Parts: sequence; C-alpha cells; structure tokens
Amino acid sequence: MAIALERLAILTLVLCSASLSGERSLVAQSPTYGVGRPPTAEELKAIDIEVTPDGKGLRPGSSTAAAGKEVYTRRCETCHGPTGTEGPQDVLAGGRGSLATSRPLKTVGSYWPYATTLWDYINRAMPFDHPGTMTTDEIYGVTAYVLYLNGIVKEQDVVSQTTLPRITMPNRDGFVVDPRPDIPILRKKKP
Amino acid sequence: MESKSRRWFLGRGALGAMWSAALVACRAKPDAAPAEPRALGAAVSPYGSRSKFEKTTRFFNQNTKVPLEEASSRTPLHDTYGIITPSSLHFERHHSGVPEIDPATHTLTIHGLVDRPLAFAVADLKRMPSISRIHFLECSGNSSSEWRGGGAETDVQRSHGLTSCSEWTGVSVALLLNECGVQPAATWALAEGADACKLSRSIPIKKLMDDAFIAYAQNGEPLRPEQGYPMRLFLPGWEGNSNVKWLRRLKLMDQPAMSREETSKYTDLMPDGTARQFTFDMEPKSLITRPSGGDTLPGPGLYELTGIAWSGRGAIASVEITMDGGNTWQPAELQSPVLPKAHTRFRWTWKWDGKEALFASRCTDETGYTQPPLPQLVEIRGLNSNYHNNGIQAWKITADGKITNGNRA
Repeated sequence: MAIALERLAILTLVLCSASLSGERSLVAQSPTYGVGRPPTAEELKAIDIEVTPDGKGLRPGSSTAAAGKEVYTRRCETCHGPTGTEGPQDVLAGGRGSLATSRPLKTVGSYWPYATTLWDYINRAMPFDHPGTMTTDEIYGVTAYVLYLNGIVKEQDVVSQTTLPRITMPNRDGFVVDPRPDIPILRKKKP
Repeated sequence: MESKSRRWFLGRGALGAMWSAALVACRAKPDAAPAEPRALGAAVSPYGSRSKFEKTTRFFNQNTKVPLEEASSRTPLHDTYGIITPSSLHFERHHSGVPEIDPATHTLTIHGLVDRPLAFAVADLKRMPSISRIHFLECSGNSSSEWRGGGAETDVQRSHGLTSCSEWTGVSVALLLNECGVQPAATWALAEGADACKLSRSIPIKKLMDDAFIAYAQNGEPLRPEQGYPMRLFLPGWEGNSNVKWLRRLKLMDQPAMSREETSKYTDLMPDGTARQFTFDMEPKSLITRPSGGDTLPGPGLYELTGIAWSGRGAIASVEITMDGGNTWQPAELQSPVLPKAHTRFRWTWKWDGKEALFASRCTDETGYTQPPLPQLVEIRGLNSNYHNNGIQAWKITADGKITNGNRA
C-alpha cells in the first residue's frame, strides 16, 4: 500500500513536470533560438498605443473645444499658457505664415502636419509630470481645444475617432524628403 | 542672407575670460607635490571611481525654463581621450526623465506585421548571438547654436558636447525580426520607449535589417540607466533621437506613425518654409578638441593639436588642418583604429609662432564627402535649420594665447 502510494506520488510528479515542460515548449516560440514568448492580449493592449494619420489606434470617444477648455485650464495651462501662446513651455498656437520668415514659430497650427499626432502625443506623454492620467474624452477635449486655439475647428465641432483623421492641418504639405547630401561631393583623387 | 551670415565673423568679446582664469589657476603650482607616500594606500573596492583630483563633468544649463528631466548634458570633449567616451560622461538627452526599470520585468515586444509576435526578456537577448561595435552617438541638435553664430558657447563642450562614442554590445535587429517573420507589407517599424513619455520614432525597415541592433551593454557593462537600461535601439550613424532608449516594443507597420518627435521636432526648416523630414544619418564632421575655445597657451612653441572626426555614412578617410582661416590645408595623422560610424582621433603637431590665427579641421569620409564650411550649409539651408549642423568649427587664437570660438572671429 505504502509502495503504491509512493508510486502514485511519483507518477503525479512526472505528469506535472511533463505538463510544465509541455507548456514551456508552447511558450518558447523563437524558431531558431527557442527564446521569447508570445505577448498576451492584455500586454499588447497596454502598449499598442500609437495613432497613425489614418486614425488607426484612436480609442472610441469624442469631445468639443468648448468642453475641452476646462480640462486644458486644469491640466495644460500652467505650462502652455491660457491661450497656448504664452508658454513657458512649447507654444501651441499661432505662428501661421511665419515659417519662411527670420523668426519662425513652430506650433501645432503652423507646423504640425497631422491632427492625429496631437492626440497621440497628449495620450502618450501629457501632462508632462503626470502622463497617462487623462480619460479618453478628456484627451479628445484637449485636442479639440488646441485645434480651436489655432482656428482649425470651431468651439462646438465634435472631435472624435471619426472626425479627427479627416482634419487637414494647415501645414499638411509642408514637408519634403531629405535630399542630403545637399552639397557637391568632390571625390578626391588618390595620390 | 549674406549680411546676416557675415555677423558670425564679427568679434564678440571675451566670454572665455573665466575659463582662461581657471586654466591659469590650475597651472599655477605654488608648492612642489609631496613625495610618494610611505603610508598604505586604499584597500580594494567593489566598484571603481576616478581620482579625487579629476573633476571633469558633463555640462548642463541649470538656469533654463526647460525641466531637467527633458534637458541635455554634454560630454567634456576637451578632457576626454582616445575614441571611447567613459559611460559616466556620455552625453544625455531625455524627454521625460530617466526611468528606473527592473530588467526582470522588462520585455521587448516585436509585433504588428510579423508572423510570430514575440516578447523578449533581457535574459533572452543575452542567450542569442551577440555583437560588439564601436559607434558614435550624436544628437542631431549638436552644435545647433552655431547656426546663428552661437550664444555663450565659447568652448567645445558647450558647442559640440552632444556626441559621444562607446563600444555597444547587443543583438542584431535583423536576427530578431527574422525570428518573428516579417511580412512583406512591413516597410517601417515604430520604436517605442518605456519612459514616462513613451518616446516613439518610426524607423525604415531597411535600416533595421541592415546594421541596427538592440544594445544591452556599453563599454563592457550593462547600459547605464541614462543610456536606456536595460536595452535600447542602436542605429549606427543615425541621429541620436532615433536610437530609442528603454526600448519596449518594435511594431512593424506599412507607414510611419508620424509621431511628435518625427514631425514637430527633428525636422529641418528650410528658407522657403518647407521642412525636411526623416533626416536620419549624421553627416561627416570633425573638430579640434584640444587646444580649443577657453584654453590659453602659455607661449609660442610646439603643441599637439588633437580632435575627433566621424561620419554616419562610413569610415573617415582623411582629416585636414588649416591654420590660416581655410586658405591652405594640411593632412592630420589619423590614429588607429579608424572605424566606420565611430569617432576617429586625429593629431597634428603645431608650431605656434605666437601670432593670431584662425584654425580648424575638416574631414572627408569614405564616400568622398568633405565637411563644408558652415556658411556653405547656411546658404542652402538658411538660418532656421536647427538640426544636423556638420559645418567646420573654427577656433581663434590671439597673440596673448587665448583661444575663442572662431566661427565669430
């Protein structure tokens, strides 16, 4: 009896370790080196946050500049000023028509080519000292308000995952491909 | 434009006065050093530190509105030697501070347009075939102050201290991507950090399959937290910002994400108001680091003149020195090793005759590109192009031996 129990215990141990190693082989998926594991759906959801110009990655939600003003005042104004022009940190509004002058002012309105970038950046990095603490609708609200400060949307326009990618930013076509080297290359003759 | 660029060559006073005084003070030795001590020295220690007599540090401006978590600190190029920058003196540029990351909980996830999304732990990467490469890393904003003639940057650390060079060790990105199975539609990858702002940059797949690697070590030990511990993306020769630190994922995509850093920042504004986008490689550049701005030579005689040259497109082929403001150039000696996309040390023996002179270096890389005078770049790119300045840096020595920024001479 004692022997039978012992055998049962051993068998259980063997089965357990077999199932563990079975799990292990499922987990390791790098075909050549057998390292790494598939990320879980939850892990991916937590990190898969970028928003592209076509709007992919935007979370469902909406707001208006009128509603976003309160959030902006509470969360953004200290660094960016009441109307986005005062600083002390990055100036967000104004500067239209200044890019070709001797004092260019690069703002969301004068420089940023895509409205989706604004949402993406607020979502991932703002407010500077407490990123990731605004709700989805608050992010839409602040986005709408900054666009409003630049005269790109009206106070009551609904900014949402559907409407945001449709906004054409004033400097949308302001970017050109890097042509460097942009000076002549004089290949030297060997002595 | 012409009249503005001429302003650089106007004199601007002696901002280096304090520096020179300090240098003179250092050289004044009132008493002879004591003889070698007979008492016992210190015992062995677990982690080394430098001599208490050595004081050189990274420089950062503490009197700005910029929070120090998104500031930069600069390598003392005038007081570092050879081609390797000590990890403790490697320049820093953060966007939301240095995160404290436990390597036991950190993973690099490769996902998006791949057959097998995979999360790699630090230990996983260390099991795979490793590569070690000596490469420079330069912020594309390095020497940007020189575009408009510079501010208070009278010395090489302040003007050019956003470049450093290390031996980096890690795993080839191509190897990792092949393990995940890249789908044909993938043309870009988003690289994203685990810092507070989740800094992100889009990188063309071509570069990732070429010479990119995930670095987990620097100069023989695990990365410093300021350099991305426990792992960072390393893109040899490309602007610092694209070498994403604290890397947490690479997402294979069919387009660039157009993140804030690659649209509103790190783009080069041209005179017509358009901006160049995706300006990745750092062009050939060199400068004389010693003697340089802020130094004072005690008198005429022989001096070793030394500096560094580098190119994001390959190896340095030659470095030349001018002592007459660019009228004539003479070859400098390159010190081995001369490695692609790495700082290369050059030397030249200078017999200073005690007269005023405008001196500088220029390099040519293996592609045949010769580092241009800054006004040549300004002529094409205007004065608003803040990034990617690889123009010649001139120093001016006056008869009293004082050396200042020659771009304003």
